[in-house]
Amino acid sequence: MATTESGGTVLATGRQVAPSLRESATFDRNVIAEIQRAAREGMYDIRGFGAKRRVPNFDDLLFLGASVSRYPLEGYRERCATDVTIGTRFASEPIHLDIPITIAGMSFGALSGNAKEALGRGASEVGTSTTTGDGGMTPEEREHSNKLIYQLLPSRYGMNPDDLRRADAIEVVIGQGAKPGGGGMLLGHKISDRVAAMRDLPKGIDQRSACRHPDWTGPDDLEIKIEELREITDWRIPIYIKVGATRTYYDVALAVKAGADAIVLDGMQGGTAATQEVFIEHVGIPILAAIPQAVESLMELDMHRKVQLIVSGGIRTGADVAKALALGADAVAIGVGALIALGDNAPEHEAEYERIGSSSGFYDDWQAGLDPAGISTQEPELEARLDPVLGGRRLANYLRTLTLECQTLARACGKSHVHNLEPEDLCALTIEAAAMARVPLAGTSWIPGVNGI
Amino acid sequence: MSASQTAAPPLHFDLRTDTVRALNSRLHDPDGAGRVQVSNPDGRHAIAVGIDAPYEVEIDGHVGYYCAGMNKQATVRVHGNCGVGVAENMMSGRVIVEGSASQAAGATARGGLLVVGGDASARCGISLKGANIVVRGSVGHMSAFMAQRGCLVVCGDAGEALGDSLYEARLYVRGEVASLGADCIAKEMRDEHLEQLRALLEAAEVDADPADFRRYGSARQLYNFKIDNVGVY
Repeated sequence: MATTESGGTVLATGRQVAPSLRESATFDRNVIAEIQRAAREGMYDIRGFGAKRRVPNFDDLLFLGASVSRYPLEGYRERCATDVTIGTRFASEPIHLDIPITIAGMSFGALSGNAKEALGRGASEVGTSTTTGDGGMTPEEREHSNKLIYQLLPSRYGMNPDDLRRADAIEVVIGQGAKPGGGGMLLGHKISDRVAAMRDLPKGIDQRSACRHPDWTGPDDLEIKIEELREITDWRIPIYIKVGATRTYYDVALAVKAGADAIVLDGMQGGTAATQEVFIEHVGIPILAAIPQAVESLMELDMHRKVQLIVSGGIRTGADVAKALALGADAVAIGVGALIALGDNAPEHEAEYERIGSSSGFYDDWQAGLDPAGISTQEPELEARLDPVLGGRRLANYLRTLTLECQTLARACGKSHVHNLEPEDLCALTIEAAAMARVPLAGTSWIPGVNGI
Repeated sequence: MSASQTAAPPLHFDLRTDTVRALNSRLHDPDGAGRVQVSNPDGRHAIAVGIDAPYEVEIDGHVGYYCAGMNKQATVRVHGNCGVGVAENMMSGRVIVEGSASQAAGATARGGLLVVGGDASARCGISLKGANIVVRGSVGHMSAFMAQRGCLVVCGDAGEALGDSLYEARLYVRGEVASLGADCIAKEMRDEHLEQLRALLEAAEVDADPADFRRYGSARQLYNFKIDNVGVY
């Protein structure tokens, strides 16, 4: 859509709309199309990707950089370290990552086997971890991921003690940013024979995972559950707790009390392979608003940097990584960005995107299993299009770029380790972002809710 | 188990002086599996979890949460009551509770046999994935919720919403069912089911007539959102 010289609108079809036709801000074209779809189908919309609405995010923050009183580090010459160790609290074998960027949990089932392999190859090449998902651990992903985090989810699909013992860490999933309070979904057309067998379910059914864990309720039970997992794995490997960003201050305190080694905090922009649109867009808070709450909670308990904080949900660039770390995170996790690096939404598939009613840059029907890029599918012909070696290389390139960008910003702020970035290095472009991130509005010392009004 | 192992005196852990960690650590040694006696469990949690060898564990007293969790191969017998999640996610082997079990007994268990001598509380066999559970007494509400595979045998009564959102697990109940959950229906007891039930009762050493039980299973009406629109979800 573009605007003509006379003030009219040019639609994607090329047709010009007269300036006298005014689109409603309340009932815009997306809203009208959704009402029409709902009236036609009588069912909520399910899709993948993540929140598409604009929310306050890392773009609303800026680094101050060096000045007379802060000297920068020389790029390429002076060291700016990026390593991070996770699980130092209780685990006898913590995880050492070379970069502070991990791959978020995504299931085999939601993703093709080749996509999972490519994620493992890319992450391993740059010394970071990948994470299983709501479908168990495949031998392939164990083989291709040097550091593999094994999720314990409400569904417990494929859960078994051998994989627990094979894992490098366990992630107890309470919720995810795209749908805090909701369980996983995998629609029937993605349930192949292998996916069905791994989940102990019939082929072809719409699989809706439980949203609550079957054998514990509340923080006191969670503490005992973690004790059991520690006992099963002989206190060797770290245990993370993953929460969707909601009541973050309290969730983080309760996770610490329950005995977590690390907390994974997923903001509302976090991706999903299949969730109700109403859930994606209307539940949870932006990661920008959640990080300061988590850090405050950890600091009050004297657990900041002792219980590591991994944040996710809308991390796209090295600037996003640097800003998340400056707000106090120890590492970030990426999901959607990693899939795009593998080839999701690539323009080379444009003709096929159009055939299935989408377009490159817009494709979000990851639930449908028809992904032209071979990522969110279980169709062998489609999956074969994704070369896991090439995909892994692309992901490694993307992760290296994010790391370099993050280091560039850290050096500009005079930091010899990316973890030395701090809120003092930041300012905000909007009052909302200043209030949420708890850094001053640019050019002022005003942090709404903290000082002044 | 070899004759020499059978003859060896059992290992003994007294949980008033030994830690659960020491017990589990010993039980994780795949060599030297044999008889292990545990006294004074005093309701402690995570006792005998993650075993992966044919141990025979006897626990004299009541245990807390997740006793025999994720068990493989071992036989664990509790001479007492169990807290939440006994034999959760069991893979194989046998867990026998002589008393009653709290909530979520046998949750997500994928193999093996869990026998509860008394009653089991709510959500017995929740998300069951292939194991068999035999309860001599009654089970609480929402038992076999979302159960996928395996069997739940209840010699007494079942509470509200039995088998809610059931997948392919089979439920056999001798007594009254307070109510059936969504998509759970009574089904015909055919010869194959009588045979299966007879074998389960025998394995659990329960003297009951399979003909006195009724079978419940999934109506399979919730398996797909709405078939007319399957292409557009």
